[in-house]
Amino acid sequence: MTTTLVPTRPDRSLRKAERASARTFRQKASPVSTGILIIGAIYCLFPVFWVLMASSKDSSELFSTFTLMPSTHLWDNIVELSQYRDGLFWRWVLNTAIYAGVGALASTWISAISGYVLAKFEFPGKKVVFSILLMGVLVPGVILAIPQYFLLAEVGLTNTMWSVLLPQIISPYGIYLARIYAAASVPTEVIEASRTEGAGELYIFNRIVLPMMGPGLVTIFLFQFVAVWNNFMLPYIMLGDDQLFPVTVGLSGLLNQGASAPSMYTLVITGALLSIIPLIILFLVLQRYWKVDLAAGAVKA
Amino acid sequence: MTVTEAPVAIRGSNPPVRRGRGTFRSRVLVPYAMLAPGIILFVAFMAAPIVYTLFLSFQKTKVSGLGLGSGARSTVFAGIDNYVTTLTNTEFGASVGRVLVYGFILIPLMLGLALLFALLLDSRRTRAAGFSRTAIFLPYAVPAVISSLLWGFLYLPAVSPFYFVFDKLGWDVPSLLSSGGVTFAIANIALWGGVGFNMIVMYTSLKSVPSDIYEAAKLDGASEIQIALRIKIPIIAPAIVMTALFSMVATLQVFAEPTTLRPLTNSLSTSWSPLMLVYRDAFTRDDIYSAAATSIVIALVTFAFSFLFLRVVQKRAFGQED
Repeated sequence: MTTTLVPTRPDRSLRKAERASARTFRQKASPVSTGILIIGAIYCLFPVFWVLMASSKDSSELFSTFTLMPSTHLWDNIVELSQYRDGLFWRWVLNTAIYAGVGALASTWISAISGYVLAKFEFPGKKVVFSILLMGVLVPGVILAIPQYFLLAEVGLTNTMWSVLLPQIISPYGIYLARIYAAASVPTEVIEASRTEGAGELYIFNRIVLPMMGPGLVTIFLFQFVAVWNNFMLPYIMLGDDQLFPVTVGLSGLLNQGASAPSMYTLVITGALLSIIPLIILFLVLQRYWKVDLAAGAVKA
Repeated sequence: MTVTEAPVAIRGSNPPVRRGRGTFRSRVLVPYAMLAPGIILFVAFMAAPIVYTLFLSFQKTKVSGLGLGSGARSTVFAGIDNYVTTLTNTEFGASVGRVLVYGFILIPLMLGLALLFALLLDSRRTRAAGFSRTAIFLPYAVPAVISSLLWGFLYLPAVSPFYFVFDKLGWDVPSLLSSGGVTFAIANIALWGGVGFNMIVMYTSLKSVPSDIYEAAKLDGASEIQIALRIKIPIIAPAIVMTALFSMVATLQVFAEPTTLRPLTNSLSTSWSPLMLVYRDAFTRDDIYSAAATSIVIALVTFAFSFLFLRVVQKRAFGQED
């Protein structure tokens, strides 16, 4: 940029040219490209706006008043949803937090240690292990759900929290990303020095390597969190007891009941609103990790 | 890896790397012990289910006599019978056909829009790019069940603001929940959820291109559009290939969206997509053997894509590293 800008603006002082060449320099605005993106943004925000409006209506208003017109019943709906079968909805929220939160944390740790070993150790069979894991990247979790059900049924684990947690801890894509981050961010000298000082391998990993891989691990955590939160089929198949449902399976069940009892629709809509709010906040707060670290993954991929 | 080790050896200020000279314990046992949790979970929840499904897919229930009594039903080797049944099943063929139509609507539209948005975000003439980027990426945080639920209500003529407008204009627009429109209805849900993620993948790929390439082209008099078509798109082609492969695999697996929409419409059968068919066979009809064979067929098609993906990935990422 500097090289092209300085000659084209010889009348300006060097200082100005420098400032212009910095990232703050902007060319003439294009209404067309800005407009297209704004339309895209409106399309993406529209259902979120709608659910905010719809959840403020009671069940008679839902189908009778103009759909984007807010009403005053948001708090009533939240209370009603909270009272539905002694707070079953909040139980679902807690379950989701356990499945997605604990599951993603465990998955991140296992991805990190596996990726670190695959990047930083030389051992017989390394290539085979990595190739087999990599083949798992595109084995769709959804296709595995039904056989996983039959296998877990053999050991009596279906319809327990374990049946949803355990299958989603292994993430070949997480291991693949962790291997890239470990190769890029953990200097071999540091590991060697810690070994010379007599540190154990697990200590080195937990205390020295993990912090170095920090930002990359946040990305793996987010990916896995979204994957678990998004996986509908596995809990749908595994769980029969609605006390164990995550929000998605629970709301889908409520929607089914709505076909015969339309007052359920208000509960479903309020539940949808309440369950996406924390996710949206999490996304906005951690946005920079998507920006920064998808690059690390995507560039190398 | 070689890159990070080389300076150590040359500088010689650190103790030499012990690689290859350690004991059996440090060379083999330690790495495998650290890999153990990953390997065990991989075997238990990925490899074993695949093997078990294969095993099931070659079996069937044999009913002897009148099928009464506990000994009357037994499991026998079926050869390729289940596969023949799957491949000649018109319901399976129809579900694959529907998903293909769905994919042909969804993937070009989603990736085309994602590419357009990514290029516009990358253009220096775009304003409010931060807001648009965040807003378009936001639906990725909404799980498929909830996005299907939101759009499902928006498709209901009694609720939808679009039908309100069409009604005021006096237009008679067929419902997206009718049998002709439901494929578009599901494609729109997937588009809404997926366009932002693919946009971010392409955008980050664009950001990693050194900008002097564009400056050189601009000096030669190339316009923004020419730069986008001739330079930017070819450079990020691998990212586009990657997003296309991921999208194709996701398309074959579509399950949550149609399952969630079913209570709102009569035009979605229990065998609308291949995976819904597998689910129905396994749990409603208790025919796990043909469900297993159908799973294997779907998985094989997916594997074909996986190997393609592997080749792309290994050429790009590990060609230099290993």
